[in-house]
Amino acid sequence: MSEHVDILDQLTASDYEYKYGFESQIEEEVVPPGLNEETIRLISEKKGEPEWMLQWRLQAFRYWQTMKEPHWANVRYTPIDYQAISYYAAPKRKAQPRSLDEVDPELRRTFEKLGIPLHEQEVLAGVAVDAVLDSVSVATTFREKLQSLGIIFCSMSEAIREYPDLVRKYLGSVVPPNDNFFAALNSAVFSDGSFCYLPPGVRCPIELSTYFRINARNTGQFERTLIIADEGAYVSYLEGCTAPMRDENQLHAAVVELVALAGAEIKYSTVQNWYPGDREGRGGIYNFVTKRGICLGESSKISWTQVETGSAITWKYPSVILKGDNSVGEFYSVAVTNHRQQADTGTKMTHIGRNTRSRIVSKGISAGYSQNSYRGLVRVNPGADGARNFSQCDSLLIGDKCGAHTFPYIEVHNPTAIVEHEATTSKIGEDILFYCNQRGIDTETAVALIINGYAREVLSKLPMEFAVEAQKLLAISLEGSVG
Amino acid sequence: MAEPILRIRNLHARVGETEILRGVNLDVYPGQVHAIMGPNGSGKSTLAAVLAGREDYEVTEGEVLFDGKNLLEMDPEERAREGLFLAFQYPVEIPGVSTATFLKTALNELRKHRGQEPLDAMEFMNLMRERAALVKIDPTFFSRSVNEGFSGGEKKRNEIFQLAMLEPRLAILDETDSGLDIDALKIVADGVNALRSPERAFLVITHYQRLLNYIVPDVVHVLYRGRIIKTGPKELALELEAKGYEWVTETDEVAL
Repeated sequence: MSEHVDILDQLTASDYEYKYGFESQIEEEVVPPGLNEETIRLISEKKGEPEWMLQWRLQAFRYWQTMKEPHWANVRYTPIDYQAISYYAAPKRKAQPRSLDEVDPELRRTFEKLGIPLHEQEVLAGVAVDAVLDSVSVATTFREKLQSLGIIFCSMSEAIREYPDLVRKYLGSVVPPNDNFFAALNSAVFSDGSFCYLPPGVRCPIELSTYFRINARNTGQFERTLIIADEGAYVSYLEGCTAPMRDENQLHAAVVELVALAGAEIKYSTVQNWYPGDREGRGGIYNFVTKRGICLGESSKISWTQVETGSAITWKYPSVILKGDNSVGEFYSVAVTNHRQQADTGTKMTHIGRNTRSRIVSKGISAGYSQNSYRGLVRVNPGADGARNFSQCDSLLIGDKCGAHTFPYIEVHNPTAIVEHEATTSKIGEDILFYCNQRGIDTETAVALIINGYAREVLSKLPMEFAVEAQKLLAISLEGSVG
Repeated sequence: MAEPILRIRNLHARVGETEILRGVNLDVYPGQVHAIMGPNGSGKSTLAAVLAGREDYEVTEGEVLFDGKNLLEMDPEERAREGLFLAFQYPVEIPGVSTATFLKTALNELRKHRGQEPLDAMEFMNLMRERAALVKIDPTFFSRSVNEGFSGGEKKRNEIFQLAMLEPRLAILDETDSGLDIDALKIVADGVNALRSPERAFLVITHYQRLLNYIVPDVVHVLYRGRIIKTGPKELALELEAKGYEWVTETDEVAL
């Protein structure tokens, strides 16, 4: 508990402004803006991809051309000009770095500023980092250690070259290229991302971690992540994000696919802290991401945990398809919006197998003039005998200019299913803050205290170090939201 | 005689256009218990809120010294850290924050202000157990969210428990007796009596004399229409109970 208070002390001492607002001066190779088949051929060629990959991309592009940008989410933004975006940026490199010592010192300083642990101390921290700066994976640590267990953890580009059979089998198997507008766009132009494969029965002994960072101006960021846990395998994967401050809106449309075979478990944790724009909402990232996992085998389990504080606009629904009998899907989320941020986020749980279980805990926090929506679908198919779902959707309002919305969709096609939904809305009002003040607790500390209490159930699902970072983020992103 | 803990001079305060305090004068010395009585709407709770620093009230005139310092210049949290405690008439619920976490944060803010080290988890737990016994609070309170789902009596007892934990120089009890049955009232009063000390003063705001049977005041004031119109010894409370507030307010109206 003293630790808890220490964290609060740190929080209240933190800077008000976005901490990661800087741009590193690394030479980049950027293709001119615009999107057509030529762009896609160019991307594929730059990355030295095989023909099948190019054809896959082109197919996706053709789908995309027939699709329309979705506008059902509860968000408002100026239209995106997809022809004004540059679809590829890679740091210029003389040769492939063999070790960290060969990595561009400027790049390493960027990582250090971000606090990304790429050097020796991380061995102690037990974290392997596959760092993605803009579009190309630059350095990968712990490869050998993981390799000795048969675990593959590398960039998607490398996986396409080195493990084409696995990639061809699973890429697009959870999120097909024609799934939705943004997924199709990603499939056509994805630049890089992480690939992870766990062989049968292997428990990954460390938390796998990727830090994403959007760096070049006007460059869309299209990561592609694929994680496969073979039978009985276990992996906990961490994704953390920061982006430098800038004025133009930036599009981010990632796709993450998780595949859990029989008895396997995948925990996927995200702390998302992209630039949310300034107080008036200028700048800031558009985050339109498709994340989905499939519990393919019996008794498999997929957990999504997310702490979302960043981005100007968030459109994100990490989902689980519960195909295997007795499989389990979980979604734990804290989504914070402040100032002019807009978030439409939630999950989809699709029950296909028998005795499948899902649990949804969503905690929305709105402050300033922001809009925060939970949108969730629980679907129980006819064959899903004995399916169980429990959903808890809570909203917390700070001040009276913000909005919280809940859109739960429940579709049950099996009479043996039990689906429960609970929702609450509470407000941090003047009364509560004055009460805290009267006990000697200043307003910022009081808000941090209440937020951490409110989000505890979700934060407790995060790995320890991430939880600490997430607690800080929550408080930082709400600084100045009251009083 | 020692310096007063609280010195109020000609205090005027209003909400919007309505003047509620119209020249309050009061001196409270260490070790004393002052009762402020008065009919509804006389400004009793406003006085408590103004002293605690509630924003809705505007002080238009006058001075308040707290241990010789200008109280009205301080933020609410600063007043609390200087040792002013308000037991709320309507304690709020803070969902998701346990009483233990809340009090530990508060206590360590106070300690920081005094230049003391924060208490560690063990010391804090021991202190909580000891003080809980003093005010007859069940230790299951500690892990429950602050006041969430508490009965009216439990909320009031939790206020006294917090008072015991934070050990203020001056404790203001704002209608702590309202909504309490006689058993709960006794427990609350016993708690307050256990916390009386030569260094500490109490300002007990109440509508009824009943509470003053258990918390025996040194001085009783009658607040009426924003002014203290009568001050006397503890017997004054009994007299008010017997004769009603008209007894003093009528003479007051003549005097005005």
